[in-house]
Amino acid sequence: MKDASPAKPYALHLGVIALLFGLSFVLPEYHHGLLARIMVLAVFAMGYNLLFGYVGLLSLGHAMFFSAGLYGAGLAVIHLGWSVPAAFAAGLACGALLALVIGLLALRTSGVAFMIVTMMFAQVFYLLILYFAAWTGGDQGLVVPQPMRVLVLGSTSFDLTNATVRYMSALALFSIVLLISLAIVRSGYGRVLVAIRENEERTKMLGFDTFSSKLAAVVISGSICAASGAAYALLFGYVGSSFASVQYSILPLLWVLLGGAATTLGPLIGTLFMYYVIDIASGYTSAYLLIVGIALILLVLFFPRGILGSIRQRWLGWLP
Amino acid sequence: MHFGPHLLLAALEGLVTSAVLALTALGLSLVFGVMRVVNVAHGEFFMLGAVLAWAISTAISGHPALGFLAALVLAPLIVGLIALVAERLVLRRLNYDPEATIVATIGMLYIIQQLALTFYGPEARPVEPPFSYRILLPWFGYSGYKLSIIAASALLLIATWLVLTRTKIGLVMRATQYDSETAQAFGIPVTRVYAGVFALGAMLVAVAAVLIVPISQAHYLMGQDPLLLSFIVVIIGGLGSLRGTVLAAVLIGLSDGIISVFFSPTLAKIIATLLVAMVLVFRPQGLFGTASR
Repeated sequence: MKDASPAKPYALHLGVIALLFGLSFVLPEYHHGLLARIMVLAVFAMGYNLLFGYVGLLSLGHAMFFSAGLYGAGLAVIHLGWSVPAAFAAGLACGALLALVIGLLALRTSGVAFMIVTMMFAQVFYLLILYFAAWTGGDQGLVVPQPMRVLVLGSTSFDLTNATVRYMSALALFSIVLLISLAIVRSGYGRVLVAIRENEERTKMLGFDTFSSKLAAVVISGSICAASGAAYALLFGYVGSSFASVQYSILPLLWVLLGGAATTLGPLIGTLFMYYVIDIASGYTSAYLLIVGIALILLVLFFPRGILGSIRQRWLGWLP
Repeated sequence: MHFGPHLLLAALEGLVTSAVLALTALGLSLVFGVMRVVNVAHGEFFMLGAVLAWAISTAISGHPALGFLAALVLAPLIVGLIALVAERLVLRRLNYDPEATIVATIGMLYIIQQLALTFYGPEARPVEPPFSYRILLPWFGYSGYKLSIIAASALLLIATWLVLTRTKIGLVMRATQYDSETAQAFGIPVTRVYAGVFALGAMLVAVAAVLIVPISQAHYLMGQDPLLLSFIVVIIGGLGSLRGTVLAAVLIGLSDGIISVFFSPTLAKIIATLLVAMVLVFRPQGLFGTASR
């Protein structure tokens, strides 16, 4: 499968990136802004997918990694006055460190216990944000001041509040993470992860150190989610505790399930689809959580492979 | 008030919490023990029970005790029925796969919560207690109704224990819990047992909600805290162990009552959640449980 046509997947992914680049010039203003947000959140979903789709570890606490990046970057700008690249790095580092600690603890469990433990750690993180309201703004959240959101590269500076700059920054982050995850999935390490998902005991017997492979996967996944959170804080300028709530741990699960777990492009498709469904539905009703709930149940009942997973099974076996 | 009476008051409040918690956690523990399903929508059955109690007691005029008694009987039955339908339509089709059922019950949580918001509204509404007798202690007066909650919960727990250990239904349930395949081979209708257990778990938590609603209030988000606390109790007590569940409920209820009287409730929640996560990581069989099979 892998050696049949190594060029095809890369061509497809570069094509998707080119399409998103092209869309920037034709989309009307509203959808332009929405798509920038979707790309940042799709990065969150890709980080989640790496752990859930490829390693088979269902975490119910990924909101804490997203918000570690969100608060790491946001608070560094607001309280310490750091520049945009430094704040982004701070968010990324917070997420990676948190993921390392959580991974070391939570990976001692498996299955249902893993889900509950990750959910509880995320809950603690959420409550800590509320408890230190003097710094984090509690449930009101904080706004990152506009003059701070300027990226200075050499002699040129980019205003991240400008719609085009924002879209292109989101696209750059999305493209980098997409290509990284494609590379991981196609590497030997990616195959070990899938082997762990399929049969951990056998993988261990074959001489692989499954614990450190899983730990590395948690850290990579957490870092990607933190990158998404940091980008969200810097591009959209809002840091709030609702991003740390249980709901933001469930949403990436929903997006990945919908797009197709263990497919590299599934997270983008799932996020795009769900975001637009909710956006259109909220024009008619405020009960968008109802749609989330029904979508979750219908997906696990009738459509467990998701959109891309079904396409891969039927027609395109080479899809990564 | 001096420290002693203050502590007594905190302990009494804690015991009321424990009594309700024991019922909610018992429902969660039964469902997990017998079916191996983690029911994330458990807290929403609690909320449904409270909301239905409000609806039933306001629909019935006359003495408040009348409406309350009607709610105590009807609300659990309706909630049990809803749980039965959910089990038939969703959980059974998923073959009770642990991971798929978690995702599905998360879906149920959102659906029930949103429907409650749409039809019941965002307000918190009170239900009148069936009687308002105050017991006068030397330092303060205490609600007689709250003490009756403790008694009612204890009665229900004993009844459940008797059913589980002394009746044929209990035997069938325990056999299914121990080894569902062998139970099936001996002619036990396993899927019917599962449906019954899921409904029973929902009914227990609905009773707990009806009992608590006169002293708290019915609100569409009220299912969140009981869910988390029930998880904590079930994990500390050891999954599927009735004695452990009750012991842990008393422990958690008392410490929650006492800690939140003297410290910030948020801090209390942070410490409790962190401790429980650590128990799950380092002692997954629970503090009182035996090693899992």
